[in-house]
Amino acid sequence: MGELDALYEEIILDHYRSPRNRAPGLSGEDAQVHHSNPLCGDELDVRIRIRDGVLDGLAYDGDGCSISLASASAMSVAVLGRPVEDVLGLVEEFRLMMHGEQPGRADDLGDSMVFEGVARFPVRVKCALLGWMALRDAIDTFRRGDDANDVTHEDQHE
Amino acid sequence: MPIDVAAIRTEFPTLAREVRGERLVYLDSAATSQTPEAVLAAMERYYRTSRSNVHRGVYLLAEEATDAYEGARTALARLVGADPRGVVFTKNATEACNLIAYGYVRRTLGPGDALLCTVMEHHANMVPFVHAANDRGFEVRYVPVSEDGHLDLAEAARLVADGRVRFAAFTHVSNTLGTINDVPGLAALVRDANPDAVVHVDGTQAVPHLPVDVAALGVDSYALTGHKMFGPTGIGALVADPALLERMEPMLTGGEMIRDVTLTGATWNDVPHRFEAGTPMIAEAAGLTAAVAFLEELGPDAVRAHEVELGATFLAALADADGITVHGPTTMAERGAAISFSVDGVHPHDVGAMLDARGVCVRVGHHCCKPLMRELGINATVRASLHVYNDADDLEPLLDGLAAARAMFAVGRSA
Repeated sequence: MGELDALYEEIILDHYRSPRNRAPGLSGEDAQVHHSNPLCGDELDVRIRIRDGVLDGLAYDGDGCSISLASASAMSVAVLGRPVEDVLGLVEEFRLMMHGEQPGRADDLGDSMVFEGVARFPVRVKCALLGWMALRDAIDTFRRGDDANDVTHEDQHE
Repeated sequence: MPIDVAAIRTEFPTLAREVRGERLVYLDSAATSQTPEAVLAAMERYYRTSRSNVHRGVYLLAEEATDAYEGARTALARLVGADPRGVVFTKNATEACNLIAYGYVRRTLGPGDALLCTVMEHHANMVPFVHAANDRGFEVRYVPVSEDGHLDLAEAARLVADGRVRFAAFTHVSNTLGTINDVPGLAALVRDANPDAVVHVDGTQAVPHLPVDVAALGVDSYALTGHKMFGPTGIGALVADPALLERMEPMLTGGEMIRDVTLTGATWNDVPHRFEAGTPMIAEAAGLTAAVAFLEELGPDAVRAHEVELGATFLAALADADGITVHGPTTMAERGAAISFSVDGVHPHDVGAMLDARGVCVRVGHHCCKPLMRELGINATVRASLHVYNDADDLEPLLDGLAAARAMFAVGRSA
């Protein structure tokens, strides 16, 4: 069961059982994206509000496994209130960490650091990344002047 | 002869291994079965002693290779009660469904025509026809699935009543719900409305588990795959009425499938060879022959009897377990031994991880049945599927993992 402990650390279970910033809507929302992972049927909505270049509001909701929902929860805590450029940098740090690289901003990633162990479970990497990839897409969507996007993650390389 | 699980297990090398320090409990045969020694040996024999290409060879090795390949056609035809001239080897059942979609449906159906399908189909027996319908402008009509996991035959009768259904595609046994469909009943219903309609059945989940006689089923074509019936991956078949094959065009052209070629055209070889372009899967055919022999030796009736008994044990235990909802028919008389269920408050992916830690292999996800999942109002299920090498000893680790998953994830949640 040692392996399993790495997958389901207490912090992950805590975010799963007591999600932060999980809500079906966001007041003053600027962009909303819907991402799905057809492998396991996970569906995730991420909504963002950007004010003066800062990620001022974020809400996510959906149907997913503990890893994808807990990861979205921990992500929301790590990124809220940061300048958008900084958020994108953090997204990249998390993405690299899930592909086995040493993350450079451990303090900024906060609780999200515990997902480092998930990198050892290749089929679950996608779950952990779902919220982060949706957030990156929401920012891209906002920047190109749209307010919604729909993405299905078909391949394993993100 | 009843199935002797302990003896059978010794024939499957994979089953002897440990996974994460636990005994391997393989409950995913509906995805792919394990391989017995006899199949491995048959494939190795081809590579070690008879390696050469099939057909047209004028030396002994080539004759042996041809015999190995053509022998599989004869063996498979015998197993399912078909004419060997109607057995077309494909890569898998998906390719078999595509072969009839490209070779027949796309060339026959057009605007004003309809194709009957069902909501419970695996994507393999749905997407090739939906794709064809979108390109060719015919209509696809779907037989709905009732709450208890059966096809609604009364609604099917209404769907075919106008006589415009020229092709029907449905599964023999559902890979997700386990339901054994009334194939002769539905085939008759389709033909009553249109005697010229072609009936195609996906037998992927039937042939490995039940006695199948395609003639008695009254269907025109039947798709199956080797890797779920103890055979190797990479070989399946479309088993069809040779007269239907005569009316079909090839999907792939090139070597092997021609009679004559000129600079401006070609004529086709006889059926079934006109549908097998290029060097075929020879080692896989040799393996498939051994798999057929393995199934015949056990006896399809005995295989079915074992699964009925064991399936009932699993169904009863899952019905008694806290927070488990089984999808599909509740008695083994109506179903095969692929058992899908939901675990209250726990995502299937998390269930799969808890079971994996106990050496238990199950499938989690949509099982290539997204329209059915939408109909059931869920994103995914956990599926435990049984075969001849499973017995009641495999139940405890499953239940143990399910209880652990509930304890870890479902506490204080009702999602």
